[in-house]
Amino acid sequence: MKIANKDISAVSLVKEALEKAKKYKDYNIFISMNEEAALKEAAEIDEKIARGEKVGKLAGVPFALKDNFLSPDGQTTAGAHILEGFKSPVTATIVEKLKAEGAIVIGRTNLDAFAHGSSTENSYFGPTRNAYDFERVAGGSSGGSAVAVALDIVPFATGSDTGGSIRQPAAFNGVYGLKPTYGSTSRYGVVAMASSTDSMGFFTKTPEDMDLLMSITSGQDKKDLTTLPDFYNTSESKEVKRIGIIKDFDNESVDAEIREALKTKCEALRNKGFEIVELDMPVLKYALAVYYIIQPAEVASNLSRYDGVRYGFRSEDSKDLDSLYEKTRDEGFMPENKRRIMIGNFVLSSGFYDAYFLKAAKARTLIIKEYEDAFSKCDFILTPVSSNPAFKLGEKVNDPVAMYLEDLMSVSVNLAGVPGLSIPAGMTKAGLPIGLQLVGPRRSDKNLIEFSKELI
Amino acid sequence: MEIKREDILHLAELSDISLSDTEIDSLGNDLQNIIKYISQLDNLNTDNVEPTYQVFEMENVWREDEIATQDASREELLSLTKEEEDNQIKVPKVL
Repeated sequence: MKIANKDISAVSLVKEALEKAKKYKDYNIFISMNEEAALKEAAEIDEKIARGEKVGKLAGVPFALKDNFLSPDGQTTAGAHILEGFKSPVTATIVEKLKAEGAIVIGRTNLDAFAHGSSTENSYFGPTRNAYDFERVAGGSSGGSAVAVALDIVPFATGSDTGGSIRQPAAFNGVYGLKPTYGSTSRYGVVAMASSTDSMGFFTKTPEDMDLLMSITSGQDKKDLTTLPDFYNTSESKEVKRIGIIKDFDNESVDAEIREALKTKCEALRNKGFEIVELDMPVLKYALAVYYIIQPAEVASNLSRYDGVRYGFRSEDSKDLDSLYEKTRDEGFMPENKRRIMIGNFVLSSGFYDAYFLKAAKARTLIIKEYEDAFSKCDFILTPVSSNPAFKLGEKVNDPVAMYLEDLMSVSVNLAGVPGLSIPAGMTKAGLPIGLQLVGPRRSDKNLIEFSKELI
Repeated sequence: MEIKREDILHLAELSDISLSDTEIDSLGNDLQNIIKYISQLDNLNTDNVEPTYQVFEMENVWREDEIATQDASREELLSLTKEEEDNQIKVPKVL
């Protein structure tokens, strides 16, 4: 991604990215563009290079920002109506670190409102189209970012992954998508969804680019007290011998071509001398139920701040403060936001707290233990990302549970706080990308990215 | 368990959301299906298991009691509201 070699100017790179974005306008990838400021920043970088000044590792590299990352460039919408007109005075730590290295935001990408969804159809700004099939979904919630990278508009884009929101759209569009170890990258300045599982990562075309981005953005942030001291840049390489596969995920509910792709990759690994280990992980089948208790509970709490008073959309003609809150939230939230807030308040309410929330928190302990046991038997785990390749627009939009099932094989990774990397693994006969997921123990991110090169 | 109309209205009230009649019906149906799905956790034995709320053990960190610099100024924050008067956010009557 380095361009400081004068062969190509930052201005021409940014212009090219902006032109491509226009060419693919029908895909509804971007919510807003940052054209003027991007060109200005690019010109400044070209001037610096001309003067022989030192520039950053990402000098002049255009990138796309998932529109739940706060930054003063334009509005931050989080894909929702309720943030209408919100121009953030603060900048997300990740954005700050990328900009410090000279990267340039060309636009803000579409997402399911507040990252609630697995198809980008829950966006107030309409769905994003799949990079390989215009009639199919981009996946989600980071659909816009995944398609922006898949269509080569930008070499990388940011994403947030609470239950699969980076890995599933990466798989649906044939690119790399990393959900790092919980706490390795800062959550500061990213619109909060479920704080105990929210992880910030990237979409790229290569493992090398992913490594570079993680080396730049990892590390402790005083503004996010859950961040860990930088382990990424001090990771020691580790010899990988055994790769685990999860028996429970090899069943008929998973698309035959995805299962075949997994088998092909396992065979290739065996031929390279790696041992394939079958894992029994019986608690994982409960992970989605656990996730759909813990996540809505945290959503209900995090989204209580949107009330129309301090910023964003405010419903008109409210007669008193209570009706201002209620009408603003009714008109400002998408139906899926409301479902999650209400489910969250249900599982937290007196009479149901023990049966749902506390039970799920206990089950989470069992899921963490199951991963710990698995990593005593293997170095990394290779699984499908989702049960199916990209589905048709509208196919699951009226059936919330069917949509939730998209995250069946990705949510346990978030609940356990371990890293997961979605990697391209071929195409279906119909021409849709297949993605597989590499999962490692906590803090193994660097080795996980390195190992993914064995699977190219 | 069965989710009744009054349960939906109660949850909407807890959530500070006013719902239209058609939304009450459709959300009620959705919530019923979601609760049915998550109720499968009943089949998992969690006796004597400690709950996890946060994946990394957290330790309390002390710091000096001094004012940290803020990322945004009062003017910037106030400019985000719909109605402002004398550096205060204006809302409809409370009582």
